[in-house]
Amino acid sequence: MLRIAIFGATSGIAQAAARDFAKEGAHFFLVARGATALADMAADLTVRGAGGATVRVADLSDPGSLAALCDEAREALGGIDVALIAHGVLPDQEVCEASAAATLDVLQINTMSPAALMIRLGDIMSAQGSGTLAIISSVAGDRGRPSNFIYGASKSLLSTLGEGMALKLATRGVKVLVVKPGFVDTKMTADFKKGLLWASAASVGGAIAAAVKAGKSGAIYTPGWWRFIMLAIKFAPGFLVRRM
Amino acid sequence: MAEAEGTQRASWGGYPASAQTLRAVRDRHAPLELISDETVLPYGNGRSYGDSCLNDGGVLLDARALDKFIAFDADTGILTCEAGVTLAGIIDLALPRGWFLPVTPGTQFVTVAGAIANDVHGKNHHHEGTFGAHVESFELLTSDGARRLCSPTENAALFAATIGGLGLTGLITLATIRLKRVASAFLSGRSIKFGNLDEFFALSAASTAAHEYTVSWIDCLGSGATLGRGIFMRANPASAEDVAEKGAKAPGRLPLTVPVMPPLSLVNKLTLKPFNWAYYNRQQTREIDKLWHYSSFHYPLDAIGRWNRIYGPKGFLQYQCVVPPDDQRAVSEALLGEISRSGQGSFLVVFKTFGARQSPGLLSFPMAGTTLALDFPIIGPSTFALLDRLDAIVVEAGGRIYPAKDARMSAETFRRGYPKLEEFRKFVDPRFSSSFERRVMRNDGGGDR
Repeated sequence: MLRIAIFGATSGIAQAAARDFAKEGAHFFLVARGATALADMAADLTVRGAGGATVRVADLSDPGSLAALCDEAREALGGIDVALIAHGVLPDQEVCEASAAATLDVLQINTMSPAALMIRLGDIMSAQGSGTLAIISSVAGDRGRPSNFIYGASKSLLSTLGEGMALKLATRGVKVLVVKPGFVDTKMTADFKKGLLWASAASVGGAIAAAVKAGKSGAIYTPGWWRFIMLAIKFAPGFLVRRM
Repeated sequence: MAEAEGTQRASWGGYPASAQTLRAVRDRHAPLELISDETVLPYGNGRSYGDSCLNDGGVLLDARALDKFIAFDADTGILTCEAGVTLAGIIDLALPRGWFLPVTPGTQFVTVAGAIANDVHGKNHHHEGTFGAHVESFELLTSDGARRLCSPTENAALFAATIGGLGLTGLITLATIRLKRVASAFLSGRSIKFGNLDEFFALSAASTAAHEYTVSWIDCLGSGATLGRGIFMRANPASAEDVAEKGAKAPGRLPLTVPVMPPLSLVNKLTLKPFNWAYYNRQQTREIDKLWHYSSFHYPLDAIGRWNRIYGPKGFLQYQCVVPPDDQRAVSEALLGEISRSGQGSFLVVFKTFGARQSPGLLSFPMAGTTLALDFPIIGPSTFALLDRLDAIVVEAGGRIYPAKDARMSAETFRRGYPKLEEFRKFVDPRFSSSFERRVMRNDGGGDR
């Protein structure tokens, strides 16, 4: 049975992915800030068929503590087959534009923290000679756009790091999946008006689980057609991107 | 809490139009958030047909994100889950472990709390009663901040008011229900053609004791000697041996969806006669033995996504009534005659006899007698006039109309059909309301449209 560590486990996308793995009897190590939400999630996964669910309340914004947290996950599970890094915030772009401190806070939680986890988990999986490390990045990281370049920048480092790690660690039997969702209907985007481009957390989570099970490595877009939208945006002239 | 302001959220019938704020409830432990003097109404999957799931000018508490399971005992079949878990989700979880819903309506895309709030029934009403009869307990969150566990023994009066209470007594956050053991995903039984109403009642009387599930489809365009002709289906859960012997397999799921709203109703005078004729004559012999997968037996329409669109942009009204057993033959004939003469109505009428088991809710719809359900594309005032005539027949016979399907009955019709309305009103949360409640439940009349 798969042994799965999830960081930012109570996010909508992570929960959806976890439900998919739970059906097959996976064992979980779940990390998030809220104790109640974690306990609820563990109960839900157990009913759905999980072989076990250990919960760990932790604040992931302190990068210094993260290596130890990864080791704790490895010990609790007896090895890590799948690690999913799912935490992040959607910052207020205008507040960040006016405040370096606010911007650095975003980078701390969206970038530094996942990067620290990725490095340590990559190391653990390299030593195992197996494992899949999945990181939730974003299509926003593909090109800086006026409306959300702080969020986009915070994610682009994860994409680059993950893509590089995927190529490097392939030789050691480790897969690195950089997940790039488009617009997803979750707590994070609760205040947005939803249109045709929006996907549910369940569909994105399901796509992540499917990609992990299929043994994919490298970048995936969820839903898949975002690849073409982002391709167009990447090559669009600046005067068009200026309005996005 | 998240809000989408002024969201247009239609009910399944697409009538009436209604504008309300959709506010997501994402945490069952959180207190109710009530702003200014707005009214709120719990909202699930929006499968109620009329206005009982709408709150025009108010707030809908969208509880679909409350979709976690809490506990399941695979030995006893006792399941505890959050309010927004769907019946489809329960089947996915429980059926592989040998359990099924004790009672299910004709769609699996409703939430558990919605099933409680409408005290839904199924084709086995004569054996198992309503959904509410299988509810062990639920937690109810009210605007005074209280969180009460309600069961037949604890807060029993509030329990009875909330079952079938149309979401008006508070927000159900979680519920515990008793599932039913099954040996397979199939039902075995027989499909029998009948030529008129007398044959239907004879078949029904002969079948109910030995068959857990019975239901009929009647051609509502039959008249004279063929008035009330149709197909009677009866079944019991199939044994594992039965399924293995016949080599039955679950049907593949074709992703059928009505992709767009057609400019007018596809159900009209031109299409109705040939369809009903074909449906009735498709079955060549009088009786056929059948082995149905649960999805095709219980949820034939779930196979077609957004089927409600076939009625076009004006929407449709579903009409479901029940009339007591005493005059059920004569009253059914009067109703079918009225529908047949009008030339309106949908492809098929669902016909079924309810059993005598007492429903647990103050406003539960099911009672002993015969129930009839069918759709009417909204053509215009003539559609409403026809349904008013049907109401008169039903009320006169001591029957009632199903709120989950209704968008137009008068306050008077509702009051006469539900004698416990006055008692129920004591349990309505002062901050909860719905378009339906304002239309038919108030003393000051209402009922205007």
